[in-house]
Amino acid sequence: MGCMRVCPTQAIRIRESKAFLLRDRCIGCGECVRVCTNHAVMPVTSSFSDFSKFKYTVAIPSPVFYSQFGKGILPARLLGALKKIGFDDSYDVACASEAVSIAIQEYLDSNQGPRPLISPFCPTIVRLIQMRFPSLLDHLIPIESPMEIAAREAKHLKMKELGLKEHDIGVIYLTPCPAKMLSIKSPPRKKHSFVDGTIAISEIHPTLIQILSHSDNSNGEAEIRGLGLGWPILGGQLASLKAEDCLAIGGLTDVIRIFDDIENGKLKDIQYIECHSCPTGCVGGSLTVENSYIARGRVLRLVERFGSEPCQAREKIRKLYQKNFFSLPGRIPSIPLRPLDQNVSKAIQKLHQKQQLYESLPKIDCGACGSPTCLTFAEDVVKHRATADDCIFVAMKDFESMSFDLLEKVGSHSRKIRRTLEPDKA
Amino acid sequence: MVEPFLQSFVIEGSNFYDAGKASTEIKLILKQLGIDSTVIRRVAIATYEAEMNVVMYAQHGILIVEVTPRTIRIVVNDLGPGIPDIELALKEGYSTATEKMREMGFGAGMGLPNIRKNSDEFRIESTVGKGTTVEFTVYIN
Repeated sequence: MGCMRVCPTQAIRIRESKAFLLRDRCIGCGECVRVCTNHAVMPVTSSFSDFSKFKYTVAIPSPVFYSQFGKGILPARLLGALKKIGFDDSYDVACASEAVSIAIQEYLDSNQGPRPLISPFCPTIVRLIQMRFPSLLDHLIPIESPMEIAAREAKHLKMKELGLKEHDIGVIYLTPCPAKMLSIKSPPRKKHSFVDGTIAISEIHPTLIQILSHSDNSNGEAEIRGLGLGWPILGGQLASLKAEDCLAIGGLTDVIRIFDDIENGKLKDIQYIECHSCPTGCVGGSLTVENSYIARGRVLRLVERFGSEPCQAREKIRKLYQKNFFSLPGRIPSIPLRPLDQNVSKAIQKLHQKQQLYESLPKIDCGACGSPTCLTFAEDVVKHRATADDCIFVAMKDFESMSFDLLEKVGSHSRKIRRTLEPDKA
Repeated sequence: MVEPFLQSFVIEGSNFYDAGKASTEIKLILKQLGIDSTVIRRVAIATYEAEMNVVMYAQHGILIVEVTPRTIRIVVNDLGPGIPDIELALKEGYSTATEKMREMGFGAGMGLPNIRKNSDEFRIESTVGKGTTVEFTVYIN
């Protein structure tokens, strides 16, 4: 039942001791995966056998990956280790993150449009906007994610190098959260993703620990550098920007509050908001292994050592930006929550019914009915997903009045009998 | 004839923590009714401004929302200082906000003009020393 309680969009119901997902309400945040003690909620990742159809595979780990191992284990060594567990090659994403930072900067400097602009890189946030804040869709910066940029680059590089076709190369993203999988399966803006599959960091972690214990530190590869190394933590994007009047917000409760403020017409003097569904940023994803605060510390240390200078020339990125290298064409559609009824008059009637029922409920959100709150239960009843007596309090009241009727009947009957037996006293 | 949906909210003066709650809840109500998001946004902005006026200037107030299949009407009634010159208060940029309010990012003099701009019908009545009633309607189609 933990999953039902923790779901920020009330997308889970319990029916006959099993959890069900209302897909049209799910924003893919992965909180249910995190709290489930029965491992009943499993995100859909790829399995290694799915990759046999490719002639060549390239692993692109989220930069979060670099923070999941011991202190002395640096990114270049990790990228090397990936080649020992079955991938033909590996490719760094942090460099693409840096390029995207520069592109964001360019966009902020050259675009008027609505303010504040919102970062589009957390797929959960994008889905939240699509569903609950459709009027803020124009605030999402139309810039491609580092993951997609890196996947595209890795593919082009290998096509040139090995003379392979695009579909021969499988690019596999090592993901810190289930939300990224969602965005690969159905990218909000375009037809398809450049990423061909995902594997959870938590799934690949044990194998890598083994490999790393057998290999030594010196692999001769150049260390990964650049402003992108800080991206996995809350505020990491902002740190790589030069823009003023920006905010970094983590955690859905706070993000929702800020979005409400923006919808109310506030915060117009803020330029850019970095938004994460997870309070600590991507290091807090539900498919990571390391405690997110320890991971954060490691990211900060990496940034200190290798992330103070850019790893590529700004001018080069600027030119690419002008050639629309980073831009995402097309509009993100809204996914409106299904109203109580398509017809406004009927919806108003149903809202009355919902309100009326809600008033009769205990309002303690006990969850025994299988809905997370009394209010969602009232909505479920109006939408015919539940019946009123699924609430034990309503059922008890019904039972009470039923037994009262019954007692009344028994009582009057026994009085009658008494009267017949003892006519004198009557 | 559908019975209109009515809900009321109490707004406390100077309570900046709860400020914006009515506007947020009204948004949720309208979303359940399947109202278009641009209409919802207009209502949200206007409601928020009306709510903030009560929070900033009055002791307390009551906000009532009424939804019919065609219109969304909001009436905000407050116990407050009242507005001596309504004509002037409706001018963009005119504000009587204190320095403290401005520090909090309010008092740009856009409150009432914003309500008028985002609604299809707008009415205001005020008695100095007693209070103010703002009423506005947004058409659904």
